[in-house]
Amino acid sequence: MSDLLQITDLNVEYPLGDGRRVHAVTDVTLSIKSGETLGLVGESGSGKSSLARALLQLPPPQRGSVLFDGQDLTKLRGQALRAIRPRLQMIFQDPIASLNPRRKVSEIVSEPLVVTGVGDPAERTKRVRAVLEAVGLDPDSVWNRRPHEFSGGQCQRIAIARALVLEPVMIVCDEPVSALDVSIRAQILNLLEDMKARFGLTLLFIAHDLAVVKSVSDRVAVMYLGKLCEVSESNALFAKPAHPYTAALLAAIPEPDPDVPLGDTKMKPGDPPSPLAPPSGCRFRTRCPHAVERCASEVPALRAIAPGRAVACHFPLT
Amino acid sequence: MSASAAEPLAPARRGRRIPWAIALPLAWVTIVVFCAVTANWIGLADPAAQELILRRKPPSAEFLLGTDNLGRDMLSRIIYGARTSLIVGLCAPAFGFLIGGAIGMCAGYYRGKVDLLLVGVIDVLLAFPALVLALTFTAYLGQSLFNVTLALGILSIPAAARVSRANTLAWGNRDFVLAARTIGASNWRILTREILPNLLPPMFAFWLVAMSVVIVAEGALSFLGLGIPAPQPSWGGMIADGREALDAAPHTALIPAGVMFLTVLSLNFLGDIVRNMVDPRRSAL
Repeated sequence: MSDLLQITDLNVEYPLGDGRRVHAVTDVTLSIKSGETLGLVGESGSGKSSLARALLQLPPPQRGSVLFDGQDLTKLRGQALRAIRPRLQMIFQDPIASLNPRRKVSEIVSEPLVVTGVGDPAERTKRVRAVLEAVGLDPDSVWNRRPHEFSGGQCQRIAIARALVLEPVMIVCDEPVSALDVSIRAQILNLLEDMKARFGLTLLFIAHDLAVVKSVSDRVAVMYLGKLCEVSESNALFAKPAHPYTAALLAAIPEPDPDVPLGDTKMKPGDPPSPLAPPSGCRFRTRCPHAVERCASEVPALRAIAPGRAVACHFPLT
Repeated sequence: MSASAAEPLAPARRGRRIPWAIALPLAWVTIVVFCAVTANWIGLADPAAQELILRRKPPSAEFLLGTDNLGRDMLSRIIYGARTSLIVGLCAPAFGFLIGGAIGMCAGYYRGKVDLLLVGVIDVLLAFPALVLALTFTAYLGQSLFNVTLALGILSIPAAARVSRANTLAWGNRDFVLAARTIGASNWRILTREILPNLLPPMFAFWLVAMSVVIVAEGALSFLGLGIPAPQPSWGGMIADGREALDAAPHTALIPAGVMFLTVLSLNFLGDIVRNMVDPRRSAL
């Protein structure tokens, strides 16, 4: 399979106004193959959402390139960028905040068609009805209702319908189930899987919950403090994590059995360092149980350790 | 079929009664608006017709609200005065909200340097003494209904801009604005289709309050003799006229003052109610 999306040396920084800058994403290089689901995990503040928004040029990254289907999105402006947007859509974390409370469901889902000038009103109605049915909503009963009349799960279905109506090739899912009840999560995850198969989508699936990522991803990328730690085929990563941070994340997945003793956290206690002044060398070294002097002096490059597997650590675990 | 069996089939009556706090202000404002609109057709005396023999008469069957210093029918003048107050009260904030609202939306949406510049301009306008500006305006451009409305409209720009900027800042951060960007919507479309509809309810609530402020301001200008030129009746002008005879004929000043008080109070009440209805905490769902 060919790469649909190729991110190279992507940097996202936010100026604080007092001269300092938050380094949200630093030198990230990542590729997503056509038709696969890439899971992107990391704790809060690790730069996952910044990376996702930078892909969509909302706002554009400070440095680096985003090659989407052969075109560098960071070089596109205005109309050219607008022309490519329908092919790259996004689903957001908070389904209620991602829908305009003053507009009807039919308006929300047909808006992408109106903006991109697809079809006449009759054609649009037909497509909106079809996509609403595809996400499991009854077009007749939801047509004239507004977002506040729906539950979180239903709102997320509407948001998915809005993303699908333009028939994109790729959807960035920014923690699409984090705000939902556990009982609803599986439904939405299954819906995303169905839609992926039906429309031949490529997904970038962002989550802070490894269990969720494990169930949907072909490959997984792990982020810590704005940098990639490990990129690996999903099963290999969950079977044998190569980066100490991945190992720590896996150890943090709770066991549903209360009799299982709490395992070692595999991580030094404390908070992640500030992205204003990230640690020298390896960014994880302040919390890594294996850190030695070399980790402070030398930045570990993301290097291949096995086919389909790359890790940014001087002393990988496998 | 027995009566008791038929009862549940009857349409359920809404048990909720409209609370007095809404009904009374609404009724008063409705009466004022109705009288002002229909003034020409409800058989009122000429508000400018003087009858010096009948001056300063207290309310009676012939003159329901008495007569003023020049023997003019107070009821007729109050109602024609309501027309003046309503025209100024509706048009001045409308003008201010149109311009101020647009400025506030631009500042809140584009942020950065645009925000800095526009907020600077608004602050300058806000720092200017309001009454002095209005006085200067009418003194130089001449006293007319249009000029008074324009002056008060300009004065309501800063407040409207601030309300619209604050709301635009809050709504512009929502994910649905980001979603609109991902489908390639233009800034104009996002401002008018995504943000503006969410701005209207709080702006409407504030508009009711601004109306009452403007009615008082028009009264103040007319009281100072720089508002609506005589003989066109206005509440502020009537209070100013009646002031001379407060001891001999208190009704000439107190009746227009009372009418203005009730109107302003009602508009404030209604503004508060609407504001509570569109409270962001409740509409957040």
